Amino acid sequence: MIFLDLFITFFKIGLFGFGGGYGMLSLIQHETVERAHWLSTSEFTDIVAISQMTPGPIGINSATYCGYTAIHNAGYGELMAILGSATATIALVLPSLILMILISRLFMKYMNTRPVRSVFTGLRPAVVGLLAAATLLLCNPENFSTPIVNPWQFWISIALFAATAFGTGYLKINPIRMICYAAFAGLLLLY
Amino acid sequence: MPKANIYWESFKTFFKIGIFTLGGGYAMIPLIEEEVVNRHKWVSKEELLDLIAIAQSCPGVFAINIAIFIGYKLRKLRGALATAFGTALPSFLIILAIAIFFAAFKENRIIAAMFRGIRPAVVALIAVPTFRMAQSAKIGWTNCWIPVVCALAIWLLGVSPIYIIIIAGLAGYLYGIYIKPTES
Repeated sequence: MIFLDLFITFFKIGLFGFGGGYGMLSLIQHETVERAHWLSTSEFTDIVAISQMTPGPIGINSATYCGYTAIHNAGYGELMAILGSATATIALVLPSLILMILISRLFMKYMNTRPVRSVFTGLRPAVVGLLAAATLLLCNPENFSTPIVNPWQFWISIALFAATAFGTGYLKINPIRMICYAAFAGLLLLY
Repeated sequence: MPKANIYWESFKTFFKIGIFTLGGGYAMIPLIEEEVVNRHKWVSKEELLDLIAIAQSCPGVFAINIAIFIGYKLRKLRGALATAFGTALPSFLIILAIAIFFAAFKENRIIAAMFRGIRPAVVALIAVPTFRMAQSAKIGWTNCWIPVVCALAIWLLGVSPIYIIIIAGLAGYLYGIYIKPTES
């Protein structure tokens, strides 16, 4: 039953999604692309792009979109796909609801104690690894093509990757603007 | 000002916060502060700073976590539902509209070409915060093996990031207790 699976998957993602939107992307990718094969890598990348460019938290945006696409790809109609996006979004928010209420009621005073801080200290370097893994998993032929299959697209892709990394990382250009530039470059060079 | 329904009021406020967060993350903090502290006086500034610190270290979507904290403080579970729903709804509706539209235009040659350009750029957009986060997590020569091992385990061995999170949390806990019991 794909809806139940979708619910459990996004509940897990909400429960273990440390490190903000990008940290969560690594989990979403592993669960929806690598494990369940609900989406292809390029579909996932498109979803990240759109989630980045539209208002709202990236986690919610991508969960909504992944839920929709997963059900859509499984061959269901529009209405079911909308139900899928609602399932994924609610499942993602539910662990937060439970955890934040528990913290508000019971654990607020423990949040700044040494054991809890130690747990968070241990998580931080791991989240860096999660992000690195997400990057590495996305560096594949679906997103970049290959030098043998399509050298032109491959080298253009490498150039766009480098330009975007330099632009957002070093020149501090707004990521949304960089995506628009890349879309324009794609239209001109990869049509 | 007449006393409006608090559920509706808090729903509206977080709906607004949900709409105006572009690119996600921490860009929304000033807006939350303006709405929740200055305008509605639901929490004090100090309280909000505490909540932000907790919401950031907890799992889940940061904006949703903050919304739930404030909603719960106002009207318990029903308040939390109102604010969480308010934060998520704009995203949900906008993405749904795009998903329906995009499903129809995916095969369009122009759109397809644009996304061939966008995809490598998006990979870079995930690569850059990796390094930024490495800086803020104080990754240096002594601990850089941790993210490297985690990344390789996920990338090459297909280990679930969930296990990595569980192990890292446990390891941090044990490290804090047995190896380095003093860390400010």
